[in-house]
Amino acid sequence: MERRSFVKSIAAGAVVAAASLIPGHYALAADTIKVGILHSLSGTMAISETVLKDVTLMAIDDINAKGGVLGKKLEPVVVDPASNWPLFAEKARQLLSQDKVAVVFGCWTSVSRKSVLPVFEELNGLLFYPVQYEGEELSKNVFYTGAAPNQQAIPAVEYLLSKEGGGAKRFVLLGTDYVYPRTTNKILRAFLHSKGIQDKDIDEKYTPFGHSDYQTIVADIKKFSAGGKTAVVSTINGDSNVPFYKELGNAGLKATDVPVVAFSVGEEELRGVDTKPLVGHLAAWNYFMSMKNPANTAWKKQWADYAKAKKLPNADKPLTNDPMEAAWIGIHMWKQAVEKAKTTDVDKVIAAMAGQTFTAPSGITSTMDTKNHHLHKSVFIGEVKSDGQFNVVWKTKGPVKAQPWSPFIPENVGKKDEPAKMSVKVSQK
Amino acid sequence: MFLKKIAQALGLAAFLCCTQAAWALPADLVLAVAAGDSDEQVAAVGKLVASGDAGVDAYFQALLEGVVQVAGGRRVLIVKDTQGIDAASGEKVDPLPADLEDAIVNNRLRGTLEGARSALKLSSPDRALRLAAVKSLEDGAREEMLPLIATALARETDPQIRQSLTLVQAGIQLKSADAALRLAAVKALAQSDNPNTKMLLLGRLEKKGEVYAEPDAAVRDAAQATLKAVQARLSTADRINQVFTGVSLGSILLLAALGLAITYGLMGVINMAHGELIMVGAYGTYLVQNLFRAQLPALFDWYLLAAVPAAFFASALVGILLERSVIRFLYGRPLETLLATWGISLILIQSVRTLYGAQNVQVENPVWMSGGVELMANVVFPWNRVLIIGFAAAVLLLVWFVLTRTRLGLFVRAVTQNRGMASCVGVPTARVDTLAFGLGSGIAGLAGCALSQIGNVGPDLGQTYIVDSFMVVVLGGVGQLAGTVYAALGLGMANKFLEAWSGAVLAKIAILAFIIVFIQKRPQGLFALKGRMADS
Repeated sequence: MERRSFVKSIAAGAVVAAASLIPGHYALAADTIKVGILHSLSGTMAISETVLKDVTLMAIDDINAKGGVLGKKLEPVVVDPASNWPLFAEKARQLLSQDKVAVVFGCWTSVSRKSVLPVFEELNGLLFYPVQYEGEELSKNVFYTGAAPNQQAIPAVEYLLSKEGGGAKRFVLLGTDYVYPRTTNKILRAFLHSKGIQDKDIDEKYTPFGHSDYQTIVADIKKFSAGGKTAVVSTINGDSNVPFYKELGNAGLKATDVPVVAFSVGEEELRGVDTKPLVGHLAAWNYFMSMKNPANTAWKKQWADYAKAKKLPNADKPLTNDPMEAAWIGIHMWKQAVEKAKTTDVDKVIAAMAGQTFTAPSGITSTMDTKNHHLHKSVFIGEVKSDGQFNVVWKTKGPVKAQPWSPFIPENVGKKDEPAKMSVKVSQK
Repeated sequence: MFLKKIAQALGLAAFLCCTQAAWALPADLVLAVAAGDSDEQVAAVGKLVASGDAGVDAYFQALLEGVVQVAGGRRVLIVKDTQGIDAASGEKVDPLPADLEDAIVNNRLRGTLEGARSALKLSSPDRALRLAAVKSLEDGAREEMLPLIATALARETDPQIRQSLTLVQAGIQLKSADAALRLAAVKALAQSDNPNTKMLLLGRLEKKGEVYAEPDAAVRDAAQATLKAVQARLSTADRINQVFTGVSLGSILLLAALGLAITYGLMGVINMAHGELIMVGAYGTYLVQNLFRAQLPALFDWYLLAAVPAAFFASALVGILLERSVIRFLYGRPLETLLATWGISLILIQSVRTLYGAQNVQVENPVWMSGGVELMANVVFPWNRVLIIGFAAAVLLLVWFVLTRTRLGLFVRAVTQNRGMASCVGVPTARVDTLAFGLGSGIAGLAGCALSQIGNVGPDLGQTYIVDSFMVVVLGGVGQLAGTVYAALGLGMANKFLEAWSGAVLAKIAILAFIIVFIQKRPQGLFALKGRMADS
């Protein structure tokens, strides 16, 4: 009895303390605008996501140095969801309801985005998601600055089918076992059917997160490729890519025989892999570090200087990649939208985002679609060079409009190319 | 002899110097290869090969190395270290034009160029070069090379190269217009063990509507027979590959579990920090690598030799500290040991995270561990896997030797079997415990050193192996070294065969389900200790 009353009084005290804290909170918020950064800094995805945290911090420094947003400085709140999907939702809730951030930049894997989505819709938060993904989603609370399938996966497979891409007749669809690879492969299978490739010429394979023994997979690819010109479409995510590419090189599977096109492998993931045996394998992105244009040169220099100044690991060999570029575009577009709306209010910023433009380091002026929350992006296909960089061998004529609802999935017929107005209620059904 | 070699080298150098200024390639073809569209490029490569000019090989090599640049969309230069050579004439270009752009070499062109260079090498006087050339041609030769191959075949005297050349020629002749030639080609291909042959034959047997790609029925029948022969050879290769991958996974499981077989199997300590001891060994390897890179860059390729003892002692030290400070107070209390070692594992993970960061660190393979050895067509054993199998065997031998042939091993076994009696006859049981635990931990460190060569090294490394390690030791039978070996190899094989059949995710589930059922039916594991155990 006594203990219970003790607990009660503690709880009451906590409520009072919390209540008294709130005014202080607002006083602080008057000087700065808080922005959340939600990227895994440990675990299997840290290999990819850590640099996104760093590049977002660099953008914040950059914006602050130029006077901030609406005359206020940006104040980053960095949390580590540790490649743990439920933890993503917890941390998102903490950022939105406890830290009261105006916007969150974060997530890499689709499973983490799916995990935070209900939180953002419930609390009416704003998320900028910087990574290519499988589509099949359109939330009013999310802006997708990475590629939709028709801005990455479909053009890449079209290239593999073409004469200059090798004229592949058989496909191995290899991925990590979660929603992004499974959905992408579903779309690709339908797309390949439409190109006359039958099921017997498509082999779909999945491995768990953090898988490190790719011997059987590589041997199977070899076997499969004896049945006709084969290409591999890899949606392997995270640090599993290192053992996969090591095995590929050691087993002597050359790109001229069986090219591997990857959707989640960029400059950063190939760091520390001996790329000499991998020359010619492909990646499809909307940006490559090797692109030659003034915007990219300046950006790369800024990143190299930042890495050196902040003593980031790997500062001796600074690398940039596509999701970093998408994160960079995202935070700058958000800044422009806030300045247009003259407030950080989520609904007004969302309205102001429509039609924003920004000259990206890829040299292309990215435009935010007026309706569907996705960027118009150019698609590039690059081949791995012996120094771990990519050589652009193919590109689209101009920016491509995103199709979040892929036309290759039959259930998508008639879906509207803009977020539903009552998205909260719809998702709760 | 030596002088003769020098003279030859000088002659070769002089020859190269002369040719550099003296080759003359048609400029339009050179440009078409560097800047034409895909079909033009391939056609131009074929024409250049047929021209037989000395500059062709140098130009192709430069393209493959990615040092060819195009000036103003007209002139093609080979640029190495700011030194430019005109690709068409071989003359020096100084100064370099300003408007240089990289020539783009994609996979299709690269394949064509590699094939073309192999075809050019067929006339080399060096037998090894010719053999390598013809081997790479087996993976895909183009029609334009047929005349080159025919001349090479007419000139060739070496039986092995002749055999391969015949196969390459037959591969091209499959598409000949002459049915008799096609039939002969199909029959010749029955000797092939190259997966590419299967692809070619399947192409001929393809049926579009009612029309076969191969119009002649006799050739089709012969092709079916050949296909059968080739497939039989290929499936042998598959089986060899599968057994090898199974043994390789088994050797990794064995390495991970051997240390635990001592600490848990013999001493009975449920050591949840075993995985972290593996991780410590892997980080030890990483530190030795960094030391070599900073201090001894010339010997960098041999850092692993120093890393092996370093990893052993690092983990052994951590293990001994652990035993002295925590575990020795908990002997005979398995539940408390489990909790305490689990806590220690968390402390170790977090301290590594604090010291070296949460991200994976890069441990590079030395050159001699990259690549693989080709035993037969389609059977490639990667060096790192082969060496790890050897390493696992060596560690196993070491453990066996220590346990059965040394005084320490005798004491360990004595203490395991009857602690009280061993103590009575003067065995210092506490010290034996410490040393045995140190040995087990050190072996975990060796496992970490090996694992750093094939997987990722990060703070969570141990977590991936702890379950597997316990699985192996429990399945093999606690207290039995032989059981651990059988269990590791058995699980490795089973996992790989299941994976080939059902995919990686299901294979893992099936193995775990099997272990649950197995332990229900036979809790003592594969091999139970016979006789009376003092502790039980």
